[in-house]
Amino acid sequence: MQIHSTQLVDTFAEAFKMWGARVIITGETSGWALAAARSMTGFATSVIGCKCEAGIERELSPEQTPDRRPGASVLLFAMDKEGLSKRLVERIGQCVMTCPTTACYNGLDTETTVVVGGQLRYFGDGFQASKKLAGRRLWRIPVMDGEFLVDERFGVQPAVGGGNLLVVGEDIRATLEATQAAVRAMREVEGVILPFPDGIVRSGSKVGSKYKSLMASTNVGYCPSLRGIAQATNLEDNAHCVLEIVIDGLDLAAVEEAMRRGIQAAAGAGIKQISAGNYGGNLGQFKIELHRLAQDRPVAA
Amino acid sequence: MSLHVSLHTSPEVPLEAEVLCPDRVQGLHSAEVAKLLVYHGNEKAALGDFFKVSGKGDPEIRIEGNLKLVKHIGAGMTHGRIEIEGPVGSHLGAGISGGEIRVHADAGDWVGPEMKGGRILIEGNAGHMVGSAYRGSTVGMREGEIIVTGNVGNEIGNAMRGGLIAIGGDSGDFAGVNMRAGTIIVLGQLGIRTGAGMKRGSIVSMHEAPVLPTFTYACTYHPLYLRFYLLHLLGLGLKVVEAQLRGRYRRYSGDAVELNRGELLFYAG
Repeated sequence: MQIHSTQLVDTFAEAFKMWGARVIITGETSGWALAAARSMTGFATSVIGCKCEAGIERELSPEQTPDRRPGASVLLFAMDKEGLSKRLVERIGQCVMTCPTTACYNGLDTETTVVVGGQLRYFGDGFQASKKLAGRRLWRIPVMDGEFLVDERFGVQPAVGGGNLLVVGEDIRATLEATQAAVRAMREVEGVILPFPDGIVRSGSKVGSKYKSLMASTNVGYCPSLRGIAQATNLEDNAHCVLEIVIDGLDLAAVEEAMRRGIQAAAGAGIKQISAGNYGGNLGQFKIELHRLAQDRPVAA
Repeated sequence: MSLHVSLHTSPEVPLEAEVLCPDRVQGLHSAEVAKLLVYHGNEKAALGDFFKVSGKGDPEIRIEGNLKLVKHIGAGMTHGRIEIEGPVGSHLGAGISGGEIRVHADAGDWVGPEMKGGRILIEGNAGHMVGSAYRGSTVGMREGEIIVTGNVGNEIGNAMRGGLIAIGGDSGDFAGVNMRAGTIIVLGQLGIRTGAGMKRGSIVSMHEAPVLPTFTYACTYHPLYLRFYLLHLLGLGLKVVEAQLRGRYRRYSGDAVELNRGELLFYAG
């Protein structure tokens, strides 16, 4: 299938079941809220090496936050809810509680919840206090600028991780421009994050390695410098750069919508192909077929 | 269709009418409701001796009349709604655990004593002992909300252990006496000896008030959690201004004769 001058490869992205949480961070200024959000989402690109994947979903105006201060919404994903619970406690404790003026609230209304503030409260050394209003318990943890306010429980829900697009371009400049355009378009979708630096990853991986201790290694078939060395390449002769966009979302529909927008935004001059990474359909629970997305048809799980 | 109850004969002495409660009338026809037992002083009587009853018992009851001598309305309520047009007597909503009672006039003493949940709204003044423990009891209100738009008397939140008492006007003396936890917010003036004997909990006022010597000034800061409460009260129609939402509060810790973990917060601009 062609979109403008770009070939959309007839393949699918293989995505996985994960668990997700939405964290609302507020601060005295949007700058402080974002400082905490950036800190909390640092070193959270891939569950393989970081135990979770996280990103800033969007900035929030005072009217959109529970305490009417400027804020940011962060999505955090892990492979199971136990792991997600641990990462929430670690990252909120180390990155939000430490940041001046911030507070941290649950952003998901779900049946399943995990205790976060109820664990962080012990930092208060016995001086912590809770407030319960309309069924919601907030912990007040004394800190040096006043109090850190945090929800006792955070909602968690089944989610989708590992949606992806591979943008195959003629050179680094064209490929960067196309992927950055795709990232801008995809970030408009609520409920998704792109966990890699500025949404883009160059070190796409395949499962396994010649080294037994590694569970993943470089995606040989998409490395232009290995054309002619590796046994097989996925690249056309005039493709010299590949960048990937990984998408995690609170549900499949959000991931699909982000991918659909990404495809449309990335296609064009200088981009030879748009493809997606998969493992033959044997590992992931979701197959997101690119042609169906481009034809605006719903994709079955 | 809700149950409509209208006073036709004023009681001469207090009338104990805890039957006026959704839990007691649900599923009953008006004639059955009119036969329910009430106590006129120490004499047994039927509800219909004093009230005209129409409609069918369902989770909503509407009550009209000068009910100053009618006590225990809604006592023990677990769900539903009671709407009252006219001044109401004491022990309104005693021990309720759910539902909502709204009074479009004044209420007497002992509004919501030892309540465990639900909400009571008084669009007027209320008497003493709002949300308190009964004499001899160690725990008052445990959960839920009591909102009074006007003024209240003494000892509101006596021994309360949770929930919210919010007063749009002034309160009398000993607000939050022996308080164990929970939140009292008085948008007007507090009386004297606020929080005497309190262990934990918060008493907030938008005005300075006399502080017992067993309380210690801590700091002037912005307690962020208070925004949740003030926004909540704003949504319920109380007059909260933007400056109070964003303002700083003087914090006093006490009562040192007890755990010293309670707080008084006075708006400081």
